Amino acid sequence: MSEQNQNFRAGVKDWIKDNFPSTLKGQNPATVGYAAALEDDHDLWRQRLAEKGWGAPTWPKEYGGAGLGQREERTINDELSNADAFNPIPGIALMGVTMVGPTILDYGTEEQKIRHLIPIARGEVKWCLGLSEPGAGSDLASLRTRAVDDGDHYVVNGSKIWTSGAHQSQWCGAVVRTDPDAKKRNGISFVMLPMDQEGVDPQPIKLISGASAFCETFFNDAIAEKSDLLGPLNEGWSVVKRLLQHERQSQIGARTAGFRSEPMQDLAKRYIGVDGDGKLNDGDLRQRLTKHLIDRQAHSLTLARIAAEAKGKVEVSAAASILKNSATNVSQTRADLTLEIMGDQGLGWEGDTFDAKELETVRAWLYGMASSIAGGSFEVQYNIISKNILGLPETTQQG
Amino acid sequence: MAALTDEQTLMRDQAKIWASKQAPVNKFRAMRDSCIEQRFDAQTWSEIIEMGWTGILVPEEYGGSDLDYLAFGIVLEELGRHLTASPLFASALVGATALNIAGSGTQKQTFLPKIVDGSEILTLAIDESNQHAPADISLKAQVTDAGYRLNGKKGFVLEGMAATTFVVATRTSGEKGDTNGITLFLIPADSPGLKRELISTMDSRGYANISFEGVEVPADAVLGVLDQGWEPLDAILDRARAGLGAEMLGCAAQAFDMTLEYLKTREQFGEVIGSFQALGHRAAALFTGLELARSCAEAALQAIDEEAHNIPQMCSLSKSRLSDYLHEMSTQLIQIHGGIGMTDEFDAGFYLKRARALEGRYGNAGFHRDRYASALGY
Repeated sequence: MSEQNQNFRAGVKDWIKDNFPSTLKGQNPATVGYAAALEDDHDLWRQRLAEKGWGAPTWPKEYGGAGLGQREERTINDELSNADAFNPIPGIALMGVTMVGPTILDYGTEEQKIRHLIPIARGEVKWCLGLSEPGAGSDLASLRTRAVDDGDHYVVNGSKIWTSGAHQSQWCGAVVRTDPDAKKRNGISFVMLPMDQEGVDPQPIKLISGASAFCETFFNDAIAEKSDLLGPLNEGWSVVKRLLQHERQSQIGARTAGFRSEPMQDLAKRYIGVDGDGKLNDGDLRQRLTKHLIDRQAHSLTLARIAAEAKGKVEVSAAASILKNSATNVSQTRADLTLEIMGDQGLGWEGDTFDAKELETVRAWLYGMASSIAGGSFEVQYNIISKNILGLPETTQQG
Repeated sequence: MAALTDEQTLMRDQAKIWASKQAPVNKFRAMRDSCIEQRFDAQTWSEIIEMGWTGILVPEEYGGSDLDYLAFGIVLEELGRHLTASPLFASALVGATALNIAGSGTQKQTFLPKIVDGSEILTLAIDESNQHAPADISLKAQVTDAGYRLNGKKGFVLEGMAATTFVVATRTSGEKGDTNGITLFLIPADSPGLKRELISTMDSRGYANISFEGVEVPADAVLGVLDQGWEPLDAILDRARAGLGAEMLGCAAQAFDMTLEYLKTREQFGEVIGSFQALGHRAAALFTGLELARSCAEAALQAIDEEAHNIPQMCSLSKSRLSDYLHEMSTQLIQIHGGIGMTDEFDAGFYLKRARALEGRYGNAGFHRDRYASALGY
């Protein structure tokens, strides 16, 4: 490690020590839930991070970030984790820090960047995204929600589905049809509109995991200001594509980082036991667990290889394109195996027959089924790899 | 591809150009058709020696370039793409590794310069049954007044017909299956009582069965320490496995490229077949597998170079991953090519046959998954 990096790390460590409220140790709302009794401390910590620009450290300072590189961002995350601390701002902002913000950085006007990015980076606003529709899932470009020009604003009508956190959000980034006569991918625009208005009605959808993180959101003559059109009119498809790239990027790390802390093999030994040679009692499970751990290590090594390629300034290989499906495969298999390892203890819904980890495993497994559907399904990713990376011709099937 | 040093990049470019121009698959085909007993062509081998690849792992004081396993892997990957036949892997990777790990000063001085200039070809003689089981050694080395007397057999010895010296794993005490009581020897191929016989394998590589009938060697033929050969043997095998991983990566990458090219050019039902989604998705899955396999193969070589604490785990990761992937890729190579893939005139069959031969060499996927699990303590 260079001296400069060491100094930066030491500075980060000191700052966290001086500023992180000790009452919040291990109280990351993303993993243990939000404790109302700690509200003041949570807000103080959020404000301190926001002042430092560490809600979104890689964003430019003038838009609420700290103007740092990815390496420094990793250092901050490492040191937060070492101090049993956390950055709550991406969680608070919902789609704001990971997806909407980076897309505004790419396509926004100066005025839009100032107006929207700063509150996101400070964790003062929640954003949702209106992408899929009941009739437009993997085939996103067949969307029908209309936005009609009405002088200084657009009037939006239609409905969006799987809008995560829409019932809590203040803003929505929505992809809408602005030219109904144009061909599928033309005539689409990306607008940003406030959720707190009469014409917007988010209705939570209960999922198989019991959670209601997603909504169907109805737009009835909702208003989007023209100053909130992101990117050029009728060229919103390219904005969406960029947005989805940011989404894939955010999913690669997040899904792998969300793993249980106890190594799988230890969990398996605890629940299943070992024979005289120290091998798992269930020989078939042992083999499948090993295949999974090898998949997982291959995935981590590929992440590391891409990082090394980027640093070594060799041409970054097409490997990046495979990461979403690989990450999904690893995380879903892991959840499936964890459940199997727990046996009947992996069937709990509620009640004290099961411990908290066991209950969490069931919910996480169910919720995780979405990871091969959302953000471009497993099959859509394969379409992207075969066409864009391997250069195979457009499929003759429609879609 | 791992981030390479300037030296490694140079080596890759040199290997890529040479192999595609001087040792393409039709050279391998010609060698197969000629039925040369040593199963490689002398001209190809002498060009490899000239380029210095036999010295990659040999310290400079013995005439080598003292580079690393990743550099060797890069070369093996390129040669693997074209199925280039030579004893480079057996002698300059496995043989040189054995001497570097276990050799005395005199043994290094005797053999390493000759590995570099090609006047010695070394190879490891290990397995005695039809499955890789490195501790299952029965070949006996008995103490005599002058040294040792060897009796027993070794099977499927790589480049066994061309080798001038065998690195032989023998039993000096204990029972078959014990890791204690194994001793390594350096045995000249022309020793009285040593017989070798070419095995005609489907992949046309130079394997031989070796029998030892009262082979007498002096005491200084022992490589390493009496009865304590297991530890170096395991380390030598791991480096061999990582090297095979790189060769298998090359085979697989070439099989993938051939398949992708065919998907883009072959027309059926009035369309290029790569436009069919079933095949597009299969290609995407194979590409994903290739990228993940590459990471494993390179990481094992790097772990050796960095003297990491988990070299056995990493080498088993590489060998099991590459065995699985090359199996699948070589099968799909035939399937996607359809009828033409079944013909001897087309090259696909060469890759299928080589794939199956390499999958089990020094441990198949199951062997290495078991080893990986044991390394992680379950």
